[in-house]
Amino acid sequence: MNKKKVFVQGNEACVEAALYAGVDFFAGYPITPSTEIAEQLAYRLPKKGGKFIQMEDEISSMCAIIGASLTGLKSMTATSGPGFTLKQEAIGFAIMAEVPCVIVNVQRGGLSTGLPTSVQQGDVMQARWGTHGDHSIIALTASNHQDLFAMTIEAFNLAETYRTPVILLFDAVIGHMRESLIIPEPGELPLVERLKTSVDEKTNYHPYLPREDGRLPMSDFGGVHRYNVTGLMHDMWGFPSTDPRVAYILMHHLYEKIEGHVNEICRMKEFYLEDANCILISYGASARSALHVVQSRRARGERLGLLELQTLWPFPAEAVRQKCERAMYVIVVEMNLGQIMRVVKRAIDDPNKLFLANRIDGELITPQDIKNMLRMIYGKGV
Amino acid sequence: MKKHRIIFSGSGGQGVITASVILAEAAALYEGLEAVQVQAYGPEARGGATRGDVIISDTDIYFPMVIQPEALVSLTQTAYDKFLGNIQPGGLLLTDSHFVTLNKKVDAYQTALSMYKTVMDKIGKPIVFNICMLGAITGLTHFVKPESIIKALETRFPAEIMDINKKALEIGLELAEGHGIS
Amino acid sequence: MSVKDYLRERYMPHLWCAGCGHGIVMNNLIRAIIDLGLSKNDIVMVTGIGCSSRISGYLDFHTLHTLHGRALAFATGVKLARPELSIIVPMGDGDAIAIGGNHFIHAARRNIDVTAIIMNNSIYGMTGGQFSPLTGHDKKATTAPFGSIDHPFDTVRLAMGAGASFVARTTTYHVTSMKNILKKAIMHKGFSVVEILSQCPTYFGKKNNMGNAVDMLNDYKTHTVPIGSKKKKENPDLIERGIFVQEEREEYCAEYEMLVKKVKKE
Repeated sequence: MNKKKVFVQGNEACVEAALYAGVDFFAGYPITPSTEIAEQLAYRLPKKGGKFIQMEDEISSMCAIIGASLTGLKSMTATSGPGFTLKQEAIGFAIMAEVPCVIVNVQRGGLSTGLPTSVQQGDVMQARWGTHGDHSIIALTASNHQDLFAMTIEAFNLAETYRTPVILLFDAVIGHMRESLIIPEPGELPLVERLKTSVDEKTNYHPYLPREDGRLPMSDFGGVHRYNVTGLMHDMWGFPSTDPRVAYILMHHLYEKIEGHVNEICRMKEFYLEDANCILISYGASARSALHVVQSRRARGERLGLLELQTLWPFPAEAVRQKCERAMYVIVVEMNLGQIMRVVKRAIDDPNKLFLANRIDGELITPQDIKNMLRMIYGKGV
Repeated sequence: MKKHRIIFSGSGGQGVITASVILAEAAALYEGLEAVQVQAYGPEARGGATRGDVIISDTDIYFPMVIQPEALVSLTQTAYDKFLGNIQPGGLLLTDSHFVTLNKKVDAYQTALSMYKTVMDKIGKPIVFNICMLGAITGLTHFVKPESIIKALETRFPAEIMDINKKALEIGLELAEGHGIS
Repeated sequence: MSVKDYLRERYMPHLWCAGCGHGIVMNNLIRAIIDLGLSKNDIVMVTGIGCSSRISGYLDFHTLHTLHGRALAFATGVKLARPELSIIVPMGDGDAIAIGGNHFIHAARRNIDVTAIIMNNSIYGMTGGQFSPLTGHDKKATTAPFGSIDHPFDTVRLAMGAGASFVARTTTYHVTSMKNILKKAIMHKGFSVVEILSQCPTYFGKKNNMGNAVDMLNDYKTHTVPIGSKKKKENPDLIERGIFVQEEREEYCAEYEMLVKKVKKE
């Protein structure tokens, strides 16, 4: 056995992946159930000469990683719901100023302080719309440690490719659960490094002028190109502008660079969809229960399938529509009051065939919860 | 297909969660099996009710929690009272006679061993009580081999305390002899 | 090098009102940097939001115009990532001490090598004249039409208490000492705070019948004294200016470097 197999928590798998992706800067603030990420990186980063700082709050943690990223370092922070709320202001800044960075949110239970040690998936919409104003965002998730590893690397890759913050939306079950993880060999998974400008010192560099392929090469702070970064609407030089055309072009660019690449960005896993007459759509820890049900029902010959979303935002609406086209029933399995269900509802052709199997009491949704919904749909009563 | 589900329960500081991690790690890393461990605990780091669930299987494990354990370990009366009803019919219950009084009827092999007292008599260190319990449950269930537990212990603890760990494990294995459900 | 070489003239005219003190601060900051011979590529200027914060747009450094109150948090990230760069963080009084108060005290506590310049005009100018934590008791503002009942911070004492290793105060009237203080602050290895009283005739001055910009500058002349002046003993209302603290202490990034060296050996 060449590869390194470890038995770890999801939060540790996230740390392993971040290091594999080349994270060099972490700023954070302790919060359950994400704290292990900060603890592990406090230990690991100094050993490789990377930077770790525990800031005074979640706001400053988010600001610090943006500052570090502008100097060329791959940067990340990790938090949970309450801290995620605090980070929203600076997440908006990172979107506007097009600064690559990764934000992990290990979701816990409830709104406000809620259920700190329990699980829910209630931050799906906060990930999408948490910061003010129209914008677009990338948010990824995973249901097991091997996928979590891959999606964490994907998050760093997408952040660099699209010059944008990327959110890793995990949950307390996945974050704290332990299972095996095989750490890939260096080079086995592709890494996207920062696209740096090839413009020389004597030539004008435009930090916000996209290339033909839409990408924006960067120049590190401290390098030969001095430019302005701002959260105000800005022109290709990064200088504030109130010109309606400049505002329109920038709004459009920030939205389109992500929504226009849904097919390239979105990842999903399919289980028995070909002939499924009932499709479960799920993600994160909920998808484990959904897959449990699908596997056991398939063993009985029932035509159940699972579509596991790994990219929540941008939402792969067209792909979901196509995959659900022939199913009689679609059941979204999630631990909130239907945040993804409502998005699916807008995506599919016939919203009447859509159902929600959910749980919002801080407990992981069980296979039995899903089976109860199946019984109800098939008219057998619960 | 083989699938084992076990719940370790007790109070914070008894090493219940550590025991569950070691068992799962032994299965996953040293026996080529699939294993998943999850835990639940109160907000306080010590003294609260704690629970560690382990599933060991030769196929993929999806739902990670244990609803109906084949084996239940309860190291406090509260944990015993709380989880006893969940046990799979014909399953196994392991308690410590120092902490738990068996006062309910249940369709399970109720095994009360004097682990705590023996550890205190022979080693004198309560810190390895959980390792003794791990020895006992391994001896009772044979979910994994004792050698795999030792390997998992070796990666987790410094060499200087491996001797008492091994001794505690052996005490547990010995206490379990003749009580198994094999 | 002349002052103009440091300006992004493309972005002129600036948005500061006629008579505003912030231009004087910008001018002296440039002169300080010229005197020190720092390369423009080695300077990162981080600002928050407010009139003062627009200074970053006008200067030809690496400039990061961020969120209200958060400049020091962004600056901490830049500095820890690239300790060899000089980080200058001009802020307004509300920006630095109200919404940014927590970041301010923690940056001071860490003693991270950042130069914090608080351009104190005693008012929120950008939003049209609301009172700030430095406005002062009985002073008027649009949100204190009957006079403020809030008591102000003493920025210098706040910075000292929080652990800043260089703390100074000056005014836009005392331009020569301002330049010298800024030079020392920038060269200081550690968290340095320079409070610069900067007149806002448009809002603070007008609301409080303080006359025009010249009158306000004259006030700085007559109402401030060098540290330890006898006049202060006679009239405690006078504001002291000068360098209050200048001490060598372990700087945050240097400590981090030492930590890295230590753990790499292990």
